[in-house]
Order: sequence, then C-alpha cells, then structure tokens
Amino acid sequence: MSPTTTYREAMREAIREALSRDQRVFLMGEDVGPYGGCYAVSLGLLEEFGPARIRDTPLSESAFVGAGIGAALGGMRPIVEIMTVNFSMLALDQIVNNAATLLYMSGGQCNVPIVIRMATGAGRQVAAQHSHSLEAWYAHVPGLRVLAPATVEDARWMLWPALCDPDPVIILEHVQLYNAEGDPGDGAGIDLVSAATRRSGDDVTIVAWGGTLRVALEASELLAAQGVQAEVLDLRSLRPLDSDSVVASVSRTHRAVVVDEGWRTGSVSAELAARITEQAFYDLDAPVARVCSAEVPMPYPKHLEEAALPQPDRVVDAVRQLGA
Amino acid sequence: MTREHGLHLLEQMLRIRRFEERCVELYSRTAIRGFLHLGIGEEACAVGVMEALRPEDAVVATYREHGHALARGISMRAAMAELEGKTEGSSRGRGGSMHIFDGGARFYGGNAIVGGGIPLAVGLALADHLEGRQQVTACFFGDGAVAEGEFHESMNLAALWHLPVLFCCENNLYAMGTALARSESETDLSLKAAVYRMPAWDVDGMDVEAVEEAARRAAEAIREGGGPHFLELRTYRFRAHSMYDPDRYRDKAEIEQWKARDPIPALIATLSAAELLTDEDVEELESAVGAELDDAVAFADAGTLEGVEDLERYVVSEPGEAR
Repeated sequence: MSPTTTYREAMREAIREALSRDQRVFLMGEDVGPYGGCYAVSLGLLEEFGPARIRDTPLSESAFVGAGIGAALGGMRPIVEIMTVNFSMLALDQIVNNAATLLYMSGGQCNVPIVIRMATGAGRQVAAQHSHSLEAWYAHVPGLRVLAPATVEDARWMLWPALCDPDPVIILEHVQLYNAEGDPGDGAGIDLVSAATRRSGDDVTIVAWGGTLRVALEASELLAAQGVQAEVLDLRSLRPLDSDSVVASVSRTHRAVVVDEGWRTGSVSAELAARITEQAFYDLDAPVARVCSAEVPMPYPKHLEEAALPQPDRVVDAVRQLGA
Repeated sequence: MTREHGLHLLEQMLRIRRFEERCVELYSRTAIRGFLHLGIGEEACAVGVMEALRPEDAVVATYREHGHALARGISMRAAMAELEGKTEGSSRGRGGSMHIFDGGARFYGGNAIVGGGIPLAVGLALADHLEGRQQVTACFFGDGAVAEGEFHESMNLAALWHLPVLFCCENNLYAMGTALARSESETDLSLKAAVYRMPAWDVDGMDVEAVEEAARRAAEAIREGGGPHFLELRTYRFRAHSMYDPDRYRDKAEIEQWKARDPIPALIATLSAAELLTDEDVEELESAVGAELDDAVAFADAGTLEGVEDLERYVVSEPGEAR
C-alpha cells in the first residue's frame, strides 16, 4: 500500500487481509460482488476471492444479516455489509433481538462473532432516507460493540480486531470519509475501546467521532487562529464509551463541546453530556455544549442540508459561548 | 415399524406430554413464571423430525420448544431447571421457557420473535455449505411466521443458495388467536414454499410415523445436495396459546375433534393393532417417564439461583470465555 491511501482503499485492504488470514471470513451484502460495493469498498475482491466468499445478496436485509448471525453461530466469521444505516433498520430485529441477545440468553453458550459494516451520514444531497446518523440506536444496545472509525488508519486496522472479537461488532463508515486520504500507518496501539486524542489543547475539549472528527478539527484550527487551543478527542468506539478519556480531558480543560451528526434528542451526545456531568461536574467551568444535526428528516437542497448539519463555525460559536 | 422403534417414538411423545402437563402444575405453584407456551397435541412434529437428524445437525426452534428440546436430547433435568430459572438449566436459567439453548446439542433456541429464527437457520446452513459439511439445519416455526417478511426472505435465500435447510412449519391453524384463514390469502402453506422452487409438501402432523417418514425423505435429499425442503406439518395445540390466553377464539367442538386425533393414543392404537405393544408396555413407559420427571422436578427445585453479582455476565464475552 502506498504511504497515502483513501479511507475506502484502507477498508478494502482490511477486508482483503481478513479474507487472506482466515478462511472462515467471508463478505456478504447487496452488490458487494460485480458492482464492487455501493461505495466501491469491495471493488476487485470478487475476482480475487470468488463468489463463495464475496456473496451478493438479494435486497433482504433481515434475512442476510440474520444469515450472517447464523453463520457466525455455525463457526464462520462473516462480514456483512449494509448499504446505509437507514437500510439497517430493516435488519434491526436480527441485530437487536438476536445478535445482541444470544450470548446472554443462552447463558454464555452462543457467541455471535459477526461484523456488520454500514455506511452512515449525510452530505451528498440524498435526502431523508439515505442520510441519517442513527448510531445512538446501536450504541443503546447491550451486547453490541459499535465502532466509528474516523481516520484512514482506523479504517485500515479496526476490522481485524473486530473480527477477532467473539461478539457482534457494528462498524459505521461515514460516507464523506470514503475519499479522505491519509497515512494508514501500522495500526500500532489500535484497540476497540479507546478514544484517541487527535489534537492537544488546554482550553476546551471537543468530542467527535466518525464524520464529525473533520468538523471538530476544522473548528479547532479556526479557534487556534483566535488564540483558543482546543483538545479534539475522537471517540472511535461508541459502545463501550471511553468515558475515562473524556472525563480526563474535560477535567483538564474544564469545558466540553460534543459534535454529533445525530439528532440531539436521545443521542450519543446526550449520553456524553450526562456522563461528563455525572463524573466531572465540579471540574466544569461551563455547562456541556452540544452541536448536533437539526431535528428534521434530512432535506434534499444543498443549503438546507448544510444548515441541518454540524458545521465548524457552529462549533466555534459553541466554544466561544462557553467563555473559552 | 419395529417394536423397539415404536416404543421409542411413544416414549419420546410421552416424555414431552407429561413434562408439559407437569409444567402447568409448576406454573400454578409459581415455580415457573412468565410466558409458558405448551405444545400439547403437537408432540408428533418434534419427535418425528428429530428422528431424521444426526448429532452433527442443527436445530432452530420457536418459543414453543419444550418438545423439540427434549426430543433433541436435552435432558429433562436441564429443561426443567431452565423453566424454573436455575443455573443448572440449559441456558443457566437466563432464558426460561422460551429460550432453551444447548450448544452441545446444536440446539439454537428457543427464539421468541416469530419468524426471527428462520434467518439464523439459513446462516447455520450457509456455514455448513461453505465448510463443505454434509449437515442439515432443521428450522421449526409456526403458521404465524409465514406472514413475516423474514420467512419469505429466508425461503428465497435458502433456495437461491441451495442451502441444506429443512423447513418445518408446524401449522396449528392459529397465530396466537388469529385463525390462518383470517390472516393468509393462501392457506395452503406448502404452495408458499413451492414458489421459491423448493420441494414442499404437507404431512399429517398428528401421525408421528408420517412425520418421521417425511422428515427422513427430506433430510436424505438435503444431505445428498438437494437443497432446502419444506414440510407443512398439520397439527393442533390442545391447550391455549399461553397460560395467559383464555382461548375465546376457538370452537370447543373443533378442539374436541382434534383431540380425537391425539398423536399418542393414535400411536398406541397402531402399535397395539400390529401386536407390537401391550398395556403393560404402556404402563412401564408411563412409570419410567414419571420417574424421570419426578427426578427432573426435584433437580430443578433443588437448583441454585444465579447470584445477582452475575447479572451482567455474558452481555459480552469475558476474555477467554468465548466458544
């Protein structure tokens, strides 16, 4: 791999590595074969690994996700791709009622070592049925692990440990990241639980993940020009949540802004605000602030979509209002 | 049929029948709580199909699965302890009546979302297919499940990929309280499977020999690479849907008509007519089953309740705990 690659290529390389390392691994989903994946992640893998391991499915999200769970019960290590998080609602029964419960309900007998990848997020003017950020739905559920890789390096190196995990893992890939370029690195120190500090600073902690990391980093550059040094924390895992890292950072900076592309009500940002309040209340110089998507189904026109989404200037405003 | 095999089938059905009758008593004395769905009347389905399976095959069942669990070889002790919520239960007491699991027996529930177990069966069969194992996954579900999208998606996927699934639809004519004719535009259920281009036929689910014969034929064909098969087992539950159900939606005369076709007396009559069974044989079987049941209840009653400190255990695997 070249020193710089795209998020898409990094994910493809991660899948290729998994298929090569473990014969139990296979990829299954809508148009992952000849089409190469809706976002071209699996392009070329069919030719390399054949149709038994790169399996196109009918448009039957519930059945093919459930079949992935069953195959995992049967000893395989399936990677199931769902085109978008909105479509994953059609498989919610299998994910929530089966994948997340079988180990517990069976008294520890039935592990479900499945990885379910899905594209998420807005920004491409594809309106209200292809654009949402529903990670809070999955992060709510005990028994699931929920990852939101935001960098090329995480895209490259989180899949294999996710497949090695004996429990179901959801990987949310923000659609705006697929063309992002970066150094895939060597994955040293990557695990499935720890947040990462993407920028150090002492004046405020900005918490982001997946698609909002870019927003947070852009905001931090704008803030730096104004003399405010923001610490940017990339959660990477939404379940479990690395509260310790968040609390440690906020305890130092005394201010927190959470940037969440999901709707504010019942969101991951709500959970973070609660935890910061529970665990770092006396270290705060100001209430926790949140920059979230507007509580609307995503509109089609570009100017309205932009208005609905967290933007760097809104993050800057939120930070300034905290008195940083 | 040999005398030995006839006795075996009868014993299996009696074990299930007496087990479930005892469950009613235990429910009354609150040793069992929650939902309790009894399959009394439907024993021939589970017993007949299990005869066609091998230890390496897999089973996916529903929330009305006591019979399937017992017929699959899960001990009465483990099943009863599960119903009493004890750690000695097949699922450590975590699941109760609706969620009997046994990894060793390849018994994957005990699934209580109607239709939700069907994709799991397709996936278990996919694993066998990918690994080149000549195994069968038997998937039980009721007539209510055929209204679910997951049923149709799964039938298509299994047929499309030619997977070794034995679909066993236990048609007891009611989805909880809704009669089949009130919920399905087509009540001939094997037709629904046939449109997915898989061999499908209906079987008298009150006749254990007929069920066994059909299941053996289907399982053999599946093992030989014939792809998925579908059996509609026409049966009837003699009791209400669950302990909470006042059973207002069924005609008493209809219930009595079906009780006249009770699979247990039917088998006794068949075997007796062929002079393969005596009254003493039945008494001996009843006595042995009664002793096994008494032992199972004593075992469950003496079982241990899981410590509250373990409440969060098995939400996710602990290191080194995964199987």
